[in-house]
Amino acid sequence: MSSVTDPAPPATTGGRPLAERTSATPKQLQEWLRQMLLIREFEIRTMQAYQDKKIGGFCHIYIGQEAVAVGCTAAVQHADPIITAYRDHGHALARGMDPKYCMAEMFGRIGGCAKGKGGSMHMFDKPNNLFGGHGIVGAQTPLGTGLAFAKKYQDEVIEGGVNKHVTLCFLGDGALNQGGFYEAMNLASLFDIPVIFVVENNGYSMGTSIERGTSMSHRIIAKGEGCGLAGYEIEGMDVITVYEEMKKVADIARAESRPAMVDLRTYRFKGHSMSDPRKYRTRDEEEQWESGDPITRLRDAMIGGGLIDEEGFKDLNKAQKIAVREAITWAENSPEPDASELYTDVYVEKFGPYIGTSMPQIVTDAEGSR
Amino acid sequence: MANLTLVQAINLALVQEMEKDDRVLLLGEDIGINGGVFRVTEGLHKRFGEHRVVDTPLAESGIIGTSIGLAMAGLRPIPEIQFDGFLGPAYDQICSHAARMRTRTRGGLTVPLTIRVPVGGGIHAPELHSDSPENIYIHQPGLKVVMPSSPYDAKGLLIACIRDPDPCIFFEPKRIYRAFREEVPEDEYVLPIGKARTVCEGEEMTIVSWGASVVQCMQAIEKSEKSIELIDLRTLYPFDMDAVEASVNKTGRCVIVHEAPKTGGFGAEIAARIMERCFLHLEAPVQRVAGFDTIMPYYKLELEYLPDTERISLAIDELAAY
Repeated sequence: MSSVTDPAPPATTGGRPLAERTSATPKQLQEWLRQMLLIREFEIRTMQAYQDKKIGGFCHIYIGQEAVAVGCTAAVQHADPIITAYRDHGHALARGMDPKYCMAEMFGRIGGCAKGKGGSMHMFDKPNNLFGGHGIVGAQTPLGTGLAFAKKYQDEVIEGGVNKHVTLCFLGDGALNQGGFYEAMNLASLFDIPVIFVVENNGYSMGTSIERGTSMSHRIIAKGEGCGLAGYEIEGMDVITVYEEMKKVADIARAESRPAMVDLRTYRFKGHSMSDPRKYRTRDEEEQWESGDPITRLRDAMIGGGLIDEEGFKDLNKAQKIAVREAITWAENSPEPDASELYTDVYVEKFGPYIGTSMPQIVTDAEGSR
Repeated sequence: MANLTLVQAINLALVQEMEKDDRVLLLGEDIGINGGVFRVTEGLHKRFGEHRVVDTPLAESGIIGTSIGLAMAGLRPIPEIQFDGFLGPAYDQICSHAARMRTRTRGGLTVPLTIRVPVGGGIHAPELHSDSPENIYIHQPGLKVVMPSSPYDAKGLLIACIRDPDPCIFFEPKRIYRAFREEVPEDEYVLPIGKARTVCEGEEMTIVSWGASVVQCMQAIEKSEKSIELIDLRTLYPFDMDAVEASVNKTGRCVIVHEAPKTGGFGAEIAARIMERCFLHLEAPVQRVAGFDTIMPYYKLELEYLPDTERISLAIDELAAY
């Protein structure tokens, strides 16, 4: 059994032609490449903005794990809910959030996806069925069970049909050790709730390696099996593998209305947060994983398959750099919240100091930017 | 009209809301086949089926977390936490998620959740089954906290909570679940959240209370020769300070009565507000009759702990003589 501290597999496609490896169309592959490049560039600029003190609070960077959010999101339908923890920028962008709303949220500006009230850890996008962005480790997992329960209830009890949805509930390997996760799995199994607990197993709970902090670290899906969840171990550094394997898992969960647990082996190239000195791992280990960069792997596979050339790749990358630059400009120009915002959206109606909420809102360009 | 106990009034409210709206579903420990430890949900499992009256594992964090997910996706879950003390394991979900979701999403996601919790002492149960933790949740912005003291109020306030778009904690004083009956309309009705009820009017003194203690206060008032006004807050957040202010400005004297321990109890907040708003009308310092600053004792000492008619009467006399 491989350990997560083993280096990633070599950056090749195993010599097999692309068409044999995936059912995805060239257009889909191109879109995944675009999304991963967007996330990478977004995170690079996010780190810079954080260092420039334009972003407050805490900030968790997704670089290295792009294939997970992109491949998993592609494997389900848009109407399927997604919920995750605090390393959430990648999921938001993969789900289709405009990068400028995502960036403005971190800048604490009114144009952010949560009006600048949530920050980096709280990316919400209801129209895109993204239900956060949650800051307490593992505490989002019962919510994931509940979201999937609601969809099943709507399909089966209210509409009188069969379950049509599956929910992706992402968590880190550190969340495996939180009690609420066990309760969430047990409830999901008992009630036949189609939620997939996707463990983004990057090998570290903050600064503690999975071997040092988690029992059964060599086979974490045993924790799900204890509750009757089907378990899957998937290599998470290759977006094609993630998509193909997750699609099978999602199709089964949806059709059988059953929960599942996935151990997605990945690696974060940066620290836990922006202030992490990374004393707990070696540069040598990092370099081995970096040699399996998910973007390089897809790019090489697509070049090998004749789906893109060097020039096309550069153009695609450049377009993402422009989009992120525009997002930063937009975020910088978005107004800071007025002090009166302290009391909005706490309750729906006005009483005492509370200003209330007129309607559930989504951001618009008009109100987000001067 | 029907002559109902508090338990029956709550049961009726649940039935009517479930019939009216199929987004409403119940979750909790033994609430289905057994009808709940206090039989509040008696008959509902048979009537609405196992998909709408869900027997859950003994897992409060999971029950509340799952209910929050249900609410975020547009349903109207009503989880029951079996006893006040069992709110502890669910605290993280209530205060980290339910209370904050609206603000965190600028109104994009709401949590229309009603958590039903039997509360307080007086039934010979041990600690964790007799506690009054309301102040913990009053202190968390984003939650509404309701505690009725009569069958009529219970039905109208529970329906209000179920229909409210914000998360509500509905505390049910278990001591008076079956203590008395009251005429309750069979039709559905809503009482406003945030409005106190003047139980009886008076001129010489105001008593402010909530939950089962209201009954003790009423007994003390009946024994007293003073003209005393009794205000039942009914909603603890948002609370009806206007009603308290108007009454205290009229009477000049005030006693606050609650079961929870005195230090840091909600009575302290009411007393501070009275200082802020009624200072020049006060004839005497505000008094509090509350639980003692100790762990809720087992049944042999339970009546020592709970504010009873005798202690309330003593406070009335001392305040009148000041």
